[in-house]
Amino acid sequence: MAAGVDGIGGTGLALRAPARAVPLAAGLLLASLLAAVLLGPARVSPAGFLAVVADLLGLAPLPAEFAGDRAILSVVRAPRALMGALIGAGLACAGAVMQGLFRNPLADPGLIGVSSGAALMAAAGIVFGGGLMGSRAGLLGLWLLPLLAFAGGLGATFLIARLAMREGSVGVANLLLAGIGVNALCVAGLGLLVAIADDRQARDINFWLLGSLAGARWVHLPVLLALVGLPCLGLLRLARPLNALMLGEREAFHLGVQVETAKRVAVVLAAVAVAAGVAFSGIIAFIGLLVPHLVRMAVGAEHRIVLPCAGLLGGALLVAADLVARSLAAPAELPVGVVTALLGAPFFLLLLRRQSA
Amino acid sequence: MITGEGLSLRRGGRALLRDVSVQLAAGEVLAVVGPNGAGKSTLLRLLCGDLRPDAGVVLAEGRALPAWRPLDLARRRAVMTQHANLAFPMSARAVVGLGRLPWHGHPGSARDEEAVREAMARAGVLPLAARAYATLSGGEQQRVQLARALAQLDGAPRPAALLLDEPTASLDVAHRVALLRILRELAGEGLAVMVILHDLNEAAIGADRVLMLRDGAVAGQGSVAEVLDPPRLREVYGLDFRRLPDGLVMPDYGAALGP
Repeated sequence: MAAGVDGIGGTGLALRAPARAVPLAAGLLLASLLAAVLLGPARVSPAGFLAVVADLLGLAPLPAEFAGDRAILSVVRAPRALMGALIGAGLACAGAVMQGLFRNPLADPGLIGVSSGAALMAAAGIVFGGGLMGSRAGLLGLWLLPLLAFAGGLGATFLIARLAMREGSVGVANLLLAGIGVNALCVAGLGLLVAIADDRQARDINFWLLGSLAGARWVHLPVLLALVGLPCLGLLRLARPLNALMLGEREAFHLGVQVETAKRVAVVLAAVAVAAGVAFSGIIAFIGLLVPHLVRMAVGAEHRIVLPCAGLLGGALLVAADLVARSLAAPAELPVGVVTALLGAPFFLLLLRRQSA
Repeated sequence: MITGEGLSLRRGGRALLRDVSVQLAAGEVLAVVGPNGAGKSTLLRLLCGDLRPDAGVVLAEGRALPAWRPLDLARRRAVMTQHANLAFPMSARAVVGLGRLPWHGHPGSARDEEAVREAMARAGVLPLAARAYATLSGGEQQRVQLARALAQLDGAPRPAALLLDEPTASLDVAHRVALLRILRELAGEGLAVMVILHDLNEAAIGADRVLMLRDGAVAGQGSVAEVLDPPRLREVYGLDFRRLPDGLVMPDYGAALGP
């Protein structure tokens, strides 16, 4: 009886979880990374790719004919793909954790103010910082804007968490309400900034709000690895408390979970991972909300599987979406946030239909 | 196993519980009865550590509850709450599996599988294992939650305790009797059992001792015959009761409803 029970779609939180799901998701991420490096408006042949890889690994010197390929691969595409993978993983992982914490499949990291806080500060940087720092492509674009956005995202989350605090404990319902209030303030501030911005600034703000990986540089990656990668590893360790929380907060405590600690760790790590991500890419829709959903539909509710799968698939989806964003209308680029939604939403709706049928 | 001494709790200017002392002893089923709003669930929440009393102290094995690590506590006391809604769809078996959370280092160890299976068999929910929890009836969900609590206590060191908040509320009469029998067996295995019941006769047949609450204070504590006594019941419930054989009691419906 007990065996074979866990395979049923959507409803299985198996003791013996579907172990193949994680390698499968990892395979998808690898495939998307490979595609993102190999494909694009400028063609790179597989031979060129292999020659560049061999050169980078110090196995064989690069034939002169592939020098251009090398520049495309290692200067432009590789950092961009890796950045997409990290940011997508952070968004989806944080989304899965927020949904578990709020016990609500409609929760996403935006609820705790990360996105709107980051957007407000980024817009402030674009409107007021341009004169201070010269061109946006310079120091401002590379570090100041991400720094402002990161601080804005964390600041908004901190404010919301403080407002939601009652007698030393963070109520999830209070967190939600405080989030709505602070988000509304941030959006109003953003509206003010757009109103006083000149045309070029307004376009920059809009571009930032729709997300882009075009600014990716190798120097960003160690920062992202520390501020997105490490928090994600921390979030993975929350699988156990999140499993218990599926029954409710009281029940989780009865099962031995330190609920208050788990809540704080979850909010802080999710906020850091998302704030650091959007700091470099701008707002990217869909991934944080729907990737965890998609994963749950496929593998059930077990967080030990859901969290790593969401991270890997979130990365894969953002990398693939960025490939489409820079290829479809080349040499122009589409906002990647629009593409993630265009790619992901129909797939999600299809799954939804199939499941309710 | 668990002792509450002089427990008081106020919320919003109202005393929910006033100076209640209670002892959950190993090998014994304690039934808690009383009218709606008497403080039964509040007492349970204090005893399992959900709430801290304004006055008084709750001890588990002689140690104050706040001094326990939640995980250590979870390995020797399980709680069956009234309504548990799931955040995400899960099978009944998966819900019972969550009861093993305080134990398993490695997911799906044979020991956990065995504990889940045994608990489901005992609660009579093995045939429901593959069903989605949300599609079960209220009574079936309650039995699944009972199985989860049983799975949690499988292999627990003694003394250990099981606290249940109106576990019979949605059950049919056969399953009520089955549940009371399980509680008796668990006490026989050395567990301390505390169960909130509305039906006084379920308390009469299922419990070794009865605690009766009224307006947050103790209105009686002792053996079934002592506490479920018509004069006392009249005072607490405002109804006339008649004694039946075997310690059972019945409200005098005729007098209560009038001609």
